[in-house]
Amino acid sequence: MSVSVENLSVAYRSHRGDVTAVDGVSFALADGEIMGLAGESGSGKSTLGNALIYLDPRMKATGGTVTVDGRALPISDTRAMRPLRMTEVSLVPQYAMSALTPTRKIGKLITDLLRSHHVPDRQTVMTELKRRLELIGLREDVLDKYSFELSGGMRQRVTIIMSTLLNPSLLIADEVTSALDVSSQRAVGEMLLEFRDRGYIKSAITITHDLSILAQIADSIAIMYAGRLAERAATETIVNEPLHPYTQALIASLPEVGVRHDQVTLTGIPGRPPSLVNPPAGCRFRDRCPFAFDKCTQTPPFEEIKPGHSVACWKVSDSHAAVAGRAGQEQTV
Amino acid sequence: MSTLIKVDQVSKLYRATSRAGGFTPALRKVSFELPPGEVISLIGESGSGKTTIGKILLRLAQPTSGTVTFGGKDITKYSQRGLREYYRHVQGVFQDPFSSYNPIYRADRVFELVRGSYFSGIKDKEWHAKIEAALDAVAINPGDVLGKYPHQLSGGQQQRLLIARALLLDVKVLVADEIISMLDASTRVDVLNLLVDLKRKGLAILFITHDLSLGNYVSDRTIILRHGAIVEMGATDKIFGNPQHDYTRMLLSAVPELHKKWQHSPLGPVAVASNGHVAVAEKIDTGPNGPVASALAQASMLDEVTHAEQVVKRDLRAVFGGTRAVASGRSQVSVALEPPPLREFEPDHLVADPE
Repeated sequence: MSVSVENLSVAYRSHRGDVTAVDGVSFALADGEIMGLAGESGSGKSTLGNALIYLDPRMKATGGTVTVDGRALPISDTRAMRPLRMTEVSLVPQYAMSALTPTRKIGKLITDLLRSHHVPDRQTVMTELKRRLELIGLREDVLDKYSFELSGGMRQRVTIIMSTLLNPSLLIADEVTSALDVSSQRAVGEMLLEFRDRGYIKSAITITHDLSILAQIADSIAIMYAGRLAERAATETIVNEPLHPYTQALIASLPEVGVRHDQVTLTGIPGRPPSLVNPPAGCRFRDRCPFAFDKCTQTPPFEEIKPGHSVACWKVSDSHAAVAGRAGQEQTV
Repeated sequence: MSTLIKVDQVSKLYRATSRAGGFTPALRKVSFELPPGEVISLIGESGSGKTTIGKILLRLAQPTSGTVTFGGKDITKYSQRGLREYYRHVQGVFQDPFSSYNPIYRADRVFELVRGSYFSGIKDKEWHAKIEAALDAVAINPGDVLGKYPHQLSGGQQQRLLIARALLLDVKVLVADEIISMLDASTRVDVLNLLVDLKRKGLAILFITHDLSLGNYVSDRTIILRHGAIVEMGATDKIFGNPQHDYTRMLLSAVPELHKKWQHSPLGPVAVASNGHVAVAEKIDTGPNGPVASALAQASMLDEVTHAEQVVKRDLRAVFGGTRAVASGRSQVSVALEPPPLREFEPDHLVADPE
């Protein structure tokens, strides 16, 4: 396993006490795996991504460990993290379109970046940079341009190039396709795949609220709800046989091309996620869930019910336990 | 059905920001009609001019040439008072609900503003009944939103509140500019279904979006815009079921779908460029690297298309040539800036010639 996150909790300090935005999240990524992390706004998906690279002063890790390539990642220690950023873990920030400073040319920005990371052989890296620019269909002269001279899609591609220049093990891509047109979305999505295939990045976490983009590029999908993981499985499983009621509702609310309102009436999910300041005990989706029953007042465990398919839902684990129990009885008989 | 809004040969030029000067055409002779009880979705990439059309309908921008009529009257000629009457019937809702409100006032202040300018004589009781009816129409429980500050409401509630505000007036046309792109998937559909409901009650809606699947879901008719000109227009099922223009096909091929992976061939936009590219694509597809190389080819071809589009844009600027002559005429410019002609492919389905 190249990346493993165990029981990670991240809280924001606030006047009304700590707000636990990420609450006991565990998952592992294989080499070459692109994991999609999806959820509503406020579900803690960006907090999780940011925690893996930079905890800003408002945030603190309240528990858990992160391991990348067998080495523990000192996420609480900003100073110790510094040499690991860009080389081990790298981030394409949300709003990457406005992440480039308008006062520096792209080329200058990149050399500054390399200098501040004490990269010894900058010339080789710059040659590699030009090769990669050519690969994604940008001409070398973008290095002589300011960021505002590039289109949105080009800027997004430049930020991804910069983030992956030192071949990080883990790339966190936060909403990289959200602000783009469909054609640029596609180009950026395929660029991520290409970079993974060429080994520029070992594995990646793609954070988005758009499940249909994940269906295109991710190998597996994790669904987050109110700070906790609700379901995690291979992309095909999540899309075709989701088990958690929240995932099911989320997928049912997506209109597909070719679906008209007079043929199918889609439904949203009533209500809104609970506040994380004083989250309710038990399953946090309970109030919006059509299948909620008494047991849901206890917190459901996030357990693996099939190989590679984990769900946090009493309904699912109960019915699965029943099936497994029957199978066990048959064997003993 | 009578035509409510008629957009006739509307062009809009924006002054270019570069030092070289010149004009960027945002709209090129766009014509369409919006009858009551119909949703038209206006689809295009960024820079295609879709928001400019919305702005012109809301009188936030003036067309450089061409006319827009509402019930037979030219809307560009309205004076102050006429404009107020116009806004009684035509309202807009915009992309970012979080910035549509003033954060230091309660959200229902948007209703009070309407009362101040349109219903100054009304009694409190009548007014509250009106608000309740409007909130009911957008399926919001008044207790959930009245007296709350914007940050206490969800994005979906905020957008619905703005639609309710429009419904307080005798609104006949709603310009919905990307109203759901900032909402979560779980609340998006509710707002879409609300639009469908309002449409059934006779409201005409111009639904501006870059998301093809959302546009397809709500609309009766679709207009695809590119560089300010209509490339394809007609009944939604005909456009999505049988797209004729290469640009429409390219857009459709790039839409991410849940149950279908992106296809790598055949490529729509390549036909636009030249024959040579098609040959290249085929070679790569059958090559030893298989899907990887073809993914790359696809990505760079999309880029090539965008590059080609930039060239087109620059050429258009050249058409204007002597920019000064244009500048002196200010609004009444009738520059020969011909968009590709539209031809009827089948009834209610117009396709532009390739550009």
